[in-house]
Amino acid sequence: MSTRTGDFPGGLHLDGHKTPSSGRAVETMPVPPLLVFPLHQHIGEPALPVVEVGESVLAGQLIAHAEDYVSAPVHASTSGRVVAIEKRPVPHPSGLPAECIVVEADGEDRQAPCEAPGDFETMDLSALRNRIREAGIVGMGGAGFPTFIKLNPGPGGDIDTVVLNGVECEPYITCDDRLMQERAADIVSGALIIRHAVGAGRCVIGVEDNKPKAAAALRAAARDGVTVQTVVTRYPAGGEKQLIKILTGREVPSDGLPLNAGVVVQNVATAAAIFHAVSEGRPLISRVVTVTGPGVAEPRNLEVRLGTPVADVLAHCGADTAAVRAVVVGGAMMGFAIHDLASPVVKTTNCLLVDAVADDADQPQMPCIRCGACVEVCPQLLLPQQLYWYASVRDFDKVQDYSLFDCIECGCCNFVCPSHIPLASYFRFAKNEIWAQERERQRADRARERHEFNQARKEQEERERQERHRRKKARLKDPPDEAAPADSKKAAVQEALKRAQARKEGLEAGTEGTEDRG
Amino acid sequence: MALNRPIAPLVHGDHSVRGVMVKVLYALVPALLVYVGFFGFGILIHMVLAVVVAVAAEAVMLRLRGRPVRPFVTDGSAPVTAMLLCFALPPLAPWWVTVVGVLFAIVVAKHLYGGLGNNPFNPAMAGYVLLLVSFPLPMTTWPVAFTVSGEYPGPLVSAAIIFLGPDGVASWDAITGATPLDLMKTQLGLNQVVPEIAAHPVFGDFGGKGWEWLANAFFLGGLWLLYKKVITWHIPVAMLGSLFIMSLGFAALDPGSHPSPLFHLFSGGAMIGAFFIATDPVSAATSPRGRLIYGAGIGILTFVIRTWGGYPDGVAFAVLLMNMMVPTIDYYTKPRVFGHGPQHGPEHGRDHGRDHGRG
Repeated sequence: MSTRTGDFPGGLHLDGHKTPSSGRAVETMPVPPLLVFPLHQHIGEPALPVVEVGESVLAGQLIAHAEDYVSAPVHASTSGRVVAIEKRPVPHPSGLPAECIVVEADGEDRQAPCEAPGDFETMDLSALRNRIREAGIVGMGGAGFPTFIKLNPGPGGDIDTVVLNGVECEPYITCDDRLMQERAADIVSGALIIRHAVGAGRCVIGVEDNKPKAAAALRAAARDGVTVQTVVTRYPAGGEKQLIKILTGREVPSDGLPLNAGVVVQNVATAAAIFHAVSEGRPLISRVVTVTGPGVAEPRNLEVRLGTPVADVLAHCGADTAAVRAVVVGGAMMGFAIHDLASPVVKTTNCLLVDAVADDADQPQMPCIRCGACVEVCPQLLLPQQLYWYASVRDFDKVQDYSLFDCIECGCCNFVCPSHIPLASYFRFAKNEIWAQERERQRADRARERHEFNQARKEQEERERQERHRRKKARLKDPPDEAAPADSKKAAVQEALKRAQARKEGLEAGTEGTEDRG
Repeated sequence: MALNRPIAPLVHGDHSVRGVMVKVLYALVPALLVYVGFFGFGILIHMVLAVVVAVAAEAVMLRLRGRPVRPFVTDGSAPVTAMLLCFALPPLAPWWVTVVGVLFAIVVAKHLYGGLGNNPFNPAMAGYVLLLVSFPLPMTTWPVAFTVSGEYPGPLVSAAIIFLGPDGVASWDAITGATPLDLMKTQLGLNQVVPEIAAHPVFGDFGGKGWEWLANAFFLGGLWLLYKKVITWHIPVAMLGSLFIMSLGFAALDPGSHPSPLFHLFSGGAMIGAFFIATDPVSAATSPRGRLIYGAGIGILTFVIRTWGGYPDGVAFAVLLMNMMVPTIDYYTKPRVFGHGPQHGPEHGRDHGRDHGRG
């Protein structure tokens, strides 16, 4: 059944760590006593709160509104009372706290009334997208791009293929695998909605060939032309660009988006959420999270209410939260560590990897010996060793010459580097530096513009002042009385004397001389 | 409670610099056995001396440069340089030849350019070339294979010659003689033709006696390095291929004054050069296409120097010359980045993704 259209370059065979959690069905985690909803759980602008402290909310109720286009609203995931709107720890690589709405659960879990279910095939396309937008759906594979935008190709967007990403190539994560096994029908229904929304003819669900049960379940549920295609188990086959290459043979242009290759890619969990939003009117208030790693006695997949603090999730899994040393959100290859266990589960939290430490942590970093192992595994066909060289000497022009921004930070180069150089970290660093410089440059540009405007204004004022001065002088130079002295200085002195005289006379006369003003 | 913040990726392959170097040393074992079998114990004495001097020089330089000594001294790169240099030295050369060569390789060619990973020139070849141009006499006094001379320099005789000089060793004249490449060069210079020269007893089936077996052993070790993915095929294939094609062309045109391609591949430093010297990652080109150009350049220059240059073997000079070209080659052979260039087109030309087994 495995048909291969294309393959992607580079990549790695990674040892899976999936068996501990992949064999267990998704369990539902109880609602915790306190939930934290970051306003910013997606790429784009944060949502704006529409509730106030003290207000009661219901499960599924909108609590933060998406003002900007690239944004997503936030809904309460259970009923309770808003107890704070303030900065709290959030799962973000920076570790900086961010604005959150904090809800104390009342334990009743009362649901807000759902929007009327709709038939997507008769719905107006913009109403369909709007419903997906209102449901707060963002990419659930980890990136968190607001979903409705991807479903709006706009003029010129000519999408012929919908790809559902069921690849999940990270070595620890199993939430999508379980979701595909248990809710294949929802995923297929979501796929049909997506296909309808973008007007594509083809819809392929890509599943790695190490998930035969998931592929079988999807095949059983597949209908109306949705096909399931197994792909090679090689990291990072789940990368958007890599998956498109595998399934369609097309390459997403470096400076373009999948839609430039005629493709839209959605994660399988996102597709299921779209189905719930459109056909049942349910906003996104929970998701499946893989909880695994050496620090968890029994790895499993949990359906967790969004906003549940990580500490509660770990406690529910029997972990001694006081003894937890590290939690990585996302996979072992591309995840990031959270700084605080109070950080909540958000829309993009697919995996909590507990107490996993780098298996080469005790290895000293050695100099690059230019062995080229990184070149061979890079799925983007970059030269990581050259990028490293220029990034480490902060030559940011050169790193861009070597296409730094094509790096997808998959970490393959890191994995094979015999010198144990954290290459992906260097590339993240270089990107951040370049962005920071760009921002700095824009700020400087604005400051310069302001300065130049200010300067121009001052010059204008100066010109006007001199003009006034000149006119006045000209008037004085051309006096009505006789014998203007050739020497203007002399004239000025005489003029001043005359004024003094006049003032004196005026004072004597009891009136103020005003005619010489101006 | 403060959490640790590990940085992804948290998993890593089982590669290390030391692992790479140790594999190179393993791959040299067959050649070393063949060498000792044909040319005596001299090379072992030189190797012990070279490794001791190399590691000591490495440690001193690291200390002087304020770098951590232990991880670098134990990375295995200094012994690899030392052992590769020894394969290029006459096995009965005086002891100070090795000491000078190793010190130049480690101190000047490696550490004065920034140590591991930064040297633009292959340190072993830099050391060899320094010795060759500075001390031509000891560097060209080679023993002949014992199958030719009938004399086998054992440990004691070798040590006596290396440390005390050949004066007291009666069989010295029997042990030494011209190497096949040297003989070929000088005799061609005396207007002899290749078939006449090849009748000389130092020549074996397709190369020099002993030398051809040594070349086979390097070839074997090289195949193992390829299998272990320490090196890629590009440089050896390009270098041996270009040397083969050049020599085939000239031998076909003028078989009297140009020896056969097999002679070129199996008599001198071509095999060790192709698999162990030119593939030194630090001083070689990096991209697959760049490596093809780099290897081909070495093969061509080797032929040119052997045929028209002043030295019988040209591998070392060819490697150093191509080392100089590496930045230029790297600059002009950047691979096409995924997503750049022709869209929806046929498969990219680069032979990528063939090696999915790493890690």
